[in-house]
Amino acid sequence: MKTVLYKEKAAECFFFLSACISIFAVALICIFLFTNGLPAMKEIGFIDFLSGKKWKPGMDTFGIYPMILGSIYVTAGAIIIGVPAGVLTAIFLTKFCPPRLCKIFKTIIDLMAGVPSVVYGFWGMVVLVPFVKNTFGGNGNCILTASILLGIMILPTIISVSEASLQAVPKTYYEGALALGATKEQSVFFVVLPAAKSGITAGIILGIGRAIGETMAVVMVAGNQARMPNGILRGIRTLTANIVIEMGYAADLHRGALIATGVVLFIFIMVINLLFSILKSKRNI
Amino acid sequence: MDKIKIKNLNLYYGTFQALKNINLDIPDRKITAFIGPSGCGKSTLLKSLNRMNDFVDNCKITGSITLNDKSIYDINANILRKRVGMVFQKPNPFPMSIYDNIAYGSRTHGVVSKSKLDEIVEKSLRAAAIWDELKDRLKKNALGLSGGQQQRLCIARALAVQPEVILMDEPTSALDPISTQKIEELIQELKQEYTILIVTHNMQQAVRISEKTVFFLNGEIIESGDTEQIFSFPKDKRTEDYITGRFG
Repeated sequence: MKTVLYKEKAAECFFFLSACISIFAVALICIFLFTNGLPAMKEIGFIDFLSGKKWKPGMDTFGIYPMILGSIYVTAGAIIIGVPAGVLTAIFLTKFCPPRLCKIFKTIIDLMAGVPSVVYGFWGMVVLVPFVKNTFGGNGNCILTASILLGIMILPTIISVSEASLQAVPKTYYEGALALGATKEQSVFFVVLPAAKSGITAGIILGIGRAIGETMAVVMVAGNQARMPNGILRGIRTLTANIVIEMGYAADLHRGALIATGVVLFIFIMVINLLFSILKSKRNI
Repeated sequence: MDKIKIKNLNLYYGTFQALKNINLDIPDRKITAFIGPSGCGKSTLLKSLNRMNDFVDNCKITGSITLNDKSIYDINANILRKRVGMVFQKPNPFPMSIYDNIAYGSRTHGVVSKSKLDEIVEKSLRAAAIWDELKDRLKKNALGLSGGQQQRLCIARALAVQPEVILMDEPTSALDPISTQKIEELIQELKQEYTILIVTHNMQQAVRISEKTVFFLNGEIIESGDTEQIFSFPKDKRTEDYITGRFG
């Protein structure tokens, strides 16, 4: 009897420790970011760092405002392209797609989520950049290209979350609308879709999180010039790109400034996740 | 006059025959009750009348159903469902305001004028005898209402598109006795203007509210006729066994 109890305690302890690993990892990342990033930010000056329009490491000028804007623009572009496509796909899969075709679609969408971002980036470089260059002008490495590529990359996230929340809408709503003489489209768009609104919004927020944190694919197509964005056919640099491009050779304050860039990015992601969990808890009420 | 005429109707779900050679006339502006044990086909027949079975895979129907002597398959399905409204077993208000719930049907049928919609909402809620309870909270979410109120809201929503026939699939089975009573009174009121079909498992309910009763067993109509006659002098032994509670 006693050994059983002892074994149970040991198992419990083991599971607890396993669960602690993830918390520990997040805590360590926080500590690393803030202890290294905050002093650098302080040295540069918080205001100068966040709102400075010039990033010139050679002259010890570190303003990440262009990169903040870059991240926001590219993410907004991705949302404009990815959200309508993703939500409409989810609607198609739940309400209009024949079951057999649906299975094929879902398998492909799952596959899409598993493609490494460098492969997306490579495809973007080889296919999308020339396409944008020939169709819209410019050199192709620009906000528009990055937005299209990110828009495609966030599709699986938006589709799967939206689809789950559309599936969760009670069938009785749909039938009730049909029974009033509404067409299938009217029933779906004016009853089922509004009922799934909070879930779909949660999916969009997750997509935003994914887009803002994406690095490799963006680096490969966005041009990466550290300057204020001026037009969707001109290149920009995002927060993530800023870190990955310069980290290899940065030292001292430059290195600190890059880690501080990470802090800003981290805060962005935290706010997004917070919004996501607020929405999720709201939906459960 | 008979509003709906059903002739030689057979309905199959795949290879299973759910309705067998149904012949039935539904009188206009009367209440007709469908009774019978679970799985006997009464809900299936109800759903055939507004073509909600169109959405069921592998559902095959032969025979004819007419509304005002016109085949329901010659009527656009959306128009048919506007003319033949439905109230479900579980109250299913949409997750939106009370006002929007009632206005939904009219909006999908092209009514945009605010004053016209206001009028329809008030008229429908009054007809469903729930206006006084709800008039001060029309902008509130309908899901916050009690079960009985939700069901009366659903009836009001069905009335708002001005149907001729109302199909009710066990409309009170999820409700408490007081709400049930209110709905029964409401149904009695409504028969002056509408043809009503009601599926019920509650024998007393059929006696209380209906003029005509149809008894189903295993997909067949065993007996149909005046409610009083069926419950007092059933012709068929099986009807007698069912209404006296020997099975079902």
